[in-house]
Amino acid sequence: MVNAASKLHNDDMIANEDEMALLEALCGGLPLAPRPYKILGARLGMGENDVLQSLESLIARGIIRRFGVVVQHRRLGYTANAMVVWDIADELVNDIGKRMGKFDFVTLCYQRPRRLPDWPYNLFCMVHGAQRETVLAQVRELADDLGISDVPNEILFSSRQFKQRGARYGNGHK
Amino acid sequence: MNTAVEQSLDQHDKDIINALQGGFPICERPYLAAAKELNLTEDELIKRIESLLGNGALSRFGPLINAERMGGGLTLAALAVDEENFDRVAELVNAHEEIAHNYEREHGYNMWFVIATETPEQVAQTIKKIELETGLVVLNVPKLEEFFIGLRFDL
Repeated sequence: MVNAASKLHNDDMIANEDEMALLEALCGGLPLAPRPYKILGARLGMGENDVLQSLESLIARGIIRRFGVVVQHRRLGYTANAMVVWDIADELVNDIGKRMGKFDFVTLCYQRPRRLPDWPYNLFCMVHGAQRETVLAQVRELADDLGISDVPNEILFSSRQFKQRGARYGNGHK
Repeated sequence: MNTAVEQSLDQHDKDIINALQGGFPICERPYLAAAKELNLTEDELIKRIESLLGNGALSRFGPLINAERMGGGLTLAALAVDEENFDRVAELVNAHEEIAHNYEREHGYNMWFVIATETPEQVAQTIKKIELETGLVVLNVPKLEEFFIGLRFDL
């Protein structure tokens, strides 16, 4: 099953050429000056109002998920970073996934394909914390509350981060 | 377990990080509008965001994009790498500009990376290149269903 938004094969769901150009101009960050949208517009040959309207539309349509600061969580003390993977029966994964995503310490929750025999897990969630013990206790709480304590799972803590960049976007736009 | 960066932040910095991981105003004077909520001046807010970017507390300031809506490709992938080859393989993988981030994790599959490409077809091409270069088989687990994405961090 796919989510409701991606089911709509609607043009509104995809950014158009002008919007792509705007998003690319924003890849390097919002200008740090009192009228950032005016500056951005000037770079693209757009008026400030057009930039504001485009951004509002992109946010309303969910193409921009969030607009603001993006933290380097490891540098801010979130050093216990666990990817928890579960082998949930196919008929239950949708329900369990939805409920798992509601826990306030779960930061991401996705269904992904199993790759048998090497990889039996179909549900992934992330739990970020300052201490490993806290994260482990939260994972136990999650499993108990959802009644999946006996379901095969593994907790993959990250030990090193090699690379982090914002994704680049676009249909061949550079 | 405070990190050096975390210790350097005062309450204003923490308020900025807590308040602005989303919902940054879209208006003519957005810093002014956001600063009012935070009891700062427009100029102070701009200077503080600049310094938070400079000291590495923030990685970016701008939009978090739903990559699939851009017509691009996206997947999570993993490799099981021998310890003695790990750094060499990490270099090979990270050399591809399509790799958005890469983490070492404690598991047989010990290298986990996100591949983000301009077109969906390029995901498979990137995986193929990585397999040829490393001699390893890539575990490719693209998202099937998203239940929650709320990745935000309170200080």
